Order: sequence, then structure tokens, then C-alpha cells
Amino acid sequence: MVMIKLETIDIVFSYDGNSGPMILDDVSIQLAPSRILGIVGPNGSGKSTLLKCIDKIIQPDHGSVLLDRREIMKMGRMEIAKKIGYVQQTISRGFPTSVFDTVLMGRRPHLSWRSDEDDDEKIWEVLRLLDIEDLALKYFGELSGGQQQKVLIARALAQEAEVILLDEPTSNLDILRQFEVMDIIRDLVNKKLVSAIIAIHDLNLASRYSDKIIMMRRGKIVSAGEPSYVLTADNIASVYGVEAIIRKQSEAPYIIPVGPIKTTMRQ
Amino acid sequence: MAKTIRRRGTRTGKKSAIQEEHSKRIGIKILLILTLPVLIFIITGISATLGSADLTIWDAYSAILHRIFPEHFYTSWLSDICVWHLRLPRIAWAITAGFGLGISGAAMQAILRNPLASPFTLGISSGASFGVSLAIVLNLGFFGGMWLIIGNAFIFAMLCSGLILGLASIRGATSEIMILCGIAMNYIFGAASSLFKYFSTDQELREMSFWGMGDLGAFSWEELRIVMVLIAIGSFVLLRKAWDLNVMTVGDETAKSLGVESNRIRAIVMTASSLLIAGIVAFTGIIGFIGLVGPHMARMIIGADHRFLLPASGLLGGVILLGADTVGRTIIAPIILLVGSVTSMLGVPFFLYLIMKRRREYW
Repeated sequence: MVMIKLETIDIVFSYDGNSGPMILDDVSIQLAPSRILGIVGPNGSGKSTLLKCIDKIIQPDHGSVLLDRREIMKMGRMEIAKKIGYVQQTISRGFPTSVFDTVLMGRRPHLSWRSDEDDDEKIWEVLRLLDIEDLALKYFGELSGGQQQKVLIARALAQEAEVILLDEPTSNLDILRQFEVMDIIRDLVNKKLVSAIIAIHDLNLASRYSDKIIMMRRGKIVSAGEPSYVLTADNIASVYGVEAIIRKQSEAPYIIPVGPIKTTMRQ
Repeated sequence: MAKTIRRRGTRTGKKSAIQEEHSKRIGIKILLILTLPVLIFIITGISATLGSADLTIWDAYSAILHRIFPEHFYTSWLSDICVWHLRLPRIAWAITAGFGLGISGAAMQAILRNPLASPFTLGISSGASFGVSLAIVLNLGFFGGMWLIIGNAFIFAMLCSGLILGLASIRGATSEIMILCGIAMNYIFGAASSLFKYFSTDQELREMSFWGMGDLGAFSWEELRIVMVLIAIGSFVLLRKAWDLNVMTVGDETAKSLGVESNRIRAIVMTASSLLIAGIVAFTGIIGFIGLVGPHMARMIIGADHRFLLPASGLLGGVILLGADTVGRTIIAPIILLVGSVTSMLGVPFFLYLIMKRRREYW
């Protein structure tokens, strides 16, 4: 039997209840322990919404999310926060906060009022692990995009989450930082035994780092499986409307987009 | 080829330089917070010497401390009366009101994620103003006698914040919606108060505008006790939510993912802050500036961790209000300038100086 860390069963979500357009339409996914699941798909295909439903940030109209076979929708928010970390795509600016304090927020689900030495030590450990200890006293807003992304991943680790959801962790990063951030996630999955679900636009990063990929379009799953099974020229043509050449490069397929397909099939 | 994770330092090892620096900064924060009560104590002594009876600073402190440690400090009957009956009530009002306005301002800025949030931008004081106009012009209110104006101010301030919460909850109590509802309340109660002004007599008009300038000298120890209880309860609630306030400053979705039910916390904090503000404003009238700027100054000094920021904003609010009142009583003595206008006149230039001087972004 295949081990499952987290699964969603027939998730349905629309913004105006049943009357509005479907954002997620019967989405069922499965995530194995210590694996990376990549979610790809065009803008508006429901990737971010799916992540938010999994973390109960928004409530799906229908369907369930099971973590270690327990229904998440029946769990309290604090309990969920001890298990699932969510690294958001847009970084909303609040009042200036140091890197240390930002990561310390990840301890919130484990704390009542005061943090003790152990909590502090956990933060330092996480900062060291991601090699950002030197940034601890800087303001979050002063950091570069790549550093900010690392800090947010550090916060999810401070949460001691078993599953980390990442929404576009590499957008706005240069190619070296993209690799750095994805390597960190890969290492964490390999060594810390966390599982990750990553919504990502870059098909080649998805191909290279994911164990499994699901491809979505307009709230539905079009294809799911190994990268080489999902990332085919046909799928990319039908989902993105882009002609692509697929090269095989050390197991993972490598996608070279050629250009938009000018047929009436696409909208 | 995954880069291997580098591990440096060990759990039991010595603290790194940056850890030392971090501990040092926490120590400085605590020290700064502890300095504020000392500052309040000093200004209290100075303020207690001001007035028609000539008291030295030593007389003032002896009179204050005599009631606390009667064996160690001696005082004359005159000093005791002067300090405890005439001057200290006013000083205690300044500290208490400043504390309440400061701490609730800091909490509101956090839940609304907006540096402009204050009792005034949210219309709570406009609500109170409207209640007062109703009492002064139409003699309409919930209670009689001296409680007519106080009761109206309190109830309409709470009503206003209740309306904001109620309206916002229909659309999910996000910070943006709450601010917009607050601004709407500000306009509607402001407009209604103006109507009353139009129909009022000269005497009534004068009374209303005095109320709008804020005054600390109107009430004694008795009423102060009521306000102190309100402030103790409200501050306790706010301090208990310090962690949640920290998390909420980074956005609702992140807050939820960190286990904080942001809309619920927003409603609790809004209610507690409104209670504080309504309680103060009902007695003192409108004292602007402190709820907005006290927290900003505290944030510049202490940082944005609400476990430190909340007490610091309260204490700094007390320092500013007491300082402003002391100056207001001195500049053209024996005339006492109303404290609401003095805080703004003195505080705003200082505040602008701080903003211009600081290199870093603070909001």
C-alpha cells in the first residue's frame, strides 16, 4: 500500500457559493511522505486556491483534506498550524520586523505568552540550517528577494510543520537564487522528513525538483503523475496553448517553449 | 545535485556573536521600558511643584511618599493638601489617560495594519462628540446630572465602534473594510455634531468646543478609579494578545497559517481598545495625537514586537500627556492651556523631527 501523508478528496471551491464560477472543481491529490508535489498550470488555474484550502485559510464548499488520515476541516487552527506551514507568494508589508522576530512568529502555535530559551534556540538552529544566521538582526524589508524567501521558509520550519506549502517560491528570484531556494526545499524534504507541495510556474524547475506533478487548468486536474508523464508536449499544448519541445535530461524532462499555438482550439 | 545543508554551531555550544548581540538588544529594550516609569516619576515631582502655593521638589516628593511610607517621609498639612488634593489628581489623570490612549493606539495600528489608525481616524471620538452635543444642546441622554455628558460620550463612542465592527463583520472584518467603515462613521457623526453646533446657543457652542479640546482637571480620584479599572481590564486583554498582534501585522492569510484566527482577534482587540478609549474620552474630552503618535515613537525606540511595544506605548503616552500638561500649566501661568491642544502643538514638531531624522523606514 502506498503511504499517504496528505490528501485532498473532491475539493470544490467557488467564491460566491454555488452560483459563482468554479475555482476548484473536484480536485483530489495525494502527497506521499518526504516527497515534493509540484502543482503547475496557467494563471488562474486554481493552484494558490488549492494551497489555501489545504491549510484551511479558505474553506472549500465541498470535499475534505486528510492529514495522516485526519480530517483537517475538523481541526482547530492552532492544531493545523503545528502540522502545516504555508509560505505565501505575496509578501505583505507590515511594520518593520527583524528577521529573528519574523522567524519567531513561527513558534506562535507552540506558545502561550512568552518564548523561552528553547524557542530562541530553535530559531537559531533553523537560521543556521538555512545559513541565514548573519541576517538575524536585519529588518525583513531590507533583505533581497532570495533572502526573504529563505526567511519565510525558516518560519515554516520554526513552526515544526510536517507539510510545507509553498506558493511560487521562486518568482522574482534570479536563476541562481531559484536553484538555491529549490535546493533548500529538496534538502529539507530529504533530511528533515517534511513533505512539500509547491505551486510553481517554471515548468523546468517543477520537472527537476518534483517527485510528482499535477497539472491544472481552470480548477480541474488535467494530468497527474511523474514529471515525464505529465510534462509532455501534448499536455503543454492543450493546457497552456504553447508549442514546446521536450528534451530528456537526466531523468527529468526539459521543456523548451517554442511559441504560442495559433489555432482556434485555445481561448 | 542538491547542495548539502551546512550545519554550524551546536545546541550546547557557546553563543555566537550575533546571538550575544540579540540578547543585548533585548536587554536594552527592557531597560528602556523601565526608564519610562522613572521618567514619569520625575515629571510628577516637577509637575507637583507648579501652582500658586510654593513647594520645592523635595516638598512634593515627601508629600507623595509620605502616604506610601509614612515612617520614612514627613510632610506638612499644607503640602499634603496641595499635592494630594489639588495637583496629584490631575497628574494621575494625565498618566492614566496617556497610558490608555497609547496602548490602545498601538493595538489598533496592529489589527488594522495601518500606521494612521487611531481613535480619531476610526471615528470613535466623533461618536463621543456627537453624544456630548446631544447632551449639551438637547439635554438628551441616558443618565442625569454630571453623568449626562460622560454617559453620552461613553455610550456613543462604544456605539460607533460597535457599528464599525457590525458593518465590517458582514464582509469579514478585514482591516481595509474596518478603516473605511471607521472613516464613514467619522463623517456621519461629524456632520451630525455640526448640525447641533448650528442650532446651539453661544454658551452651548463654547461648552462643546471646550470638550473637544480635552481637559484633565475636571474630575477627581473618584472618577479616576472607574477609568483605572477599565484601563486595567482593557490593557490586560491587549497584552494577552501581544503575540497575535505580532503575527497579524504580516497579513491575515499568514496569520491564519500561523494559527491566529485574525478576524476574531481583530474584533476582541477592537472592543477592548474602544472600551479604553471611550472610558477616557468620556471624562477628559478629546485628546488627540497621543493614540496616533505615542505608538509610533515607541516603535522607533523599541521595535515592533508587541510584547514590548504595548507597555512602551502606554508608558510613553503617559510621559507625553503628563509632560504636555505640565508645560501647558507653566507657559502662561496662571492660565492653564487645555491639554488637547498643547499635546499637538508640542508633539507634532518633535514627531516630525523624529521622522525626518531616522534613516530607516518604520512603516
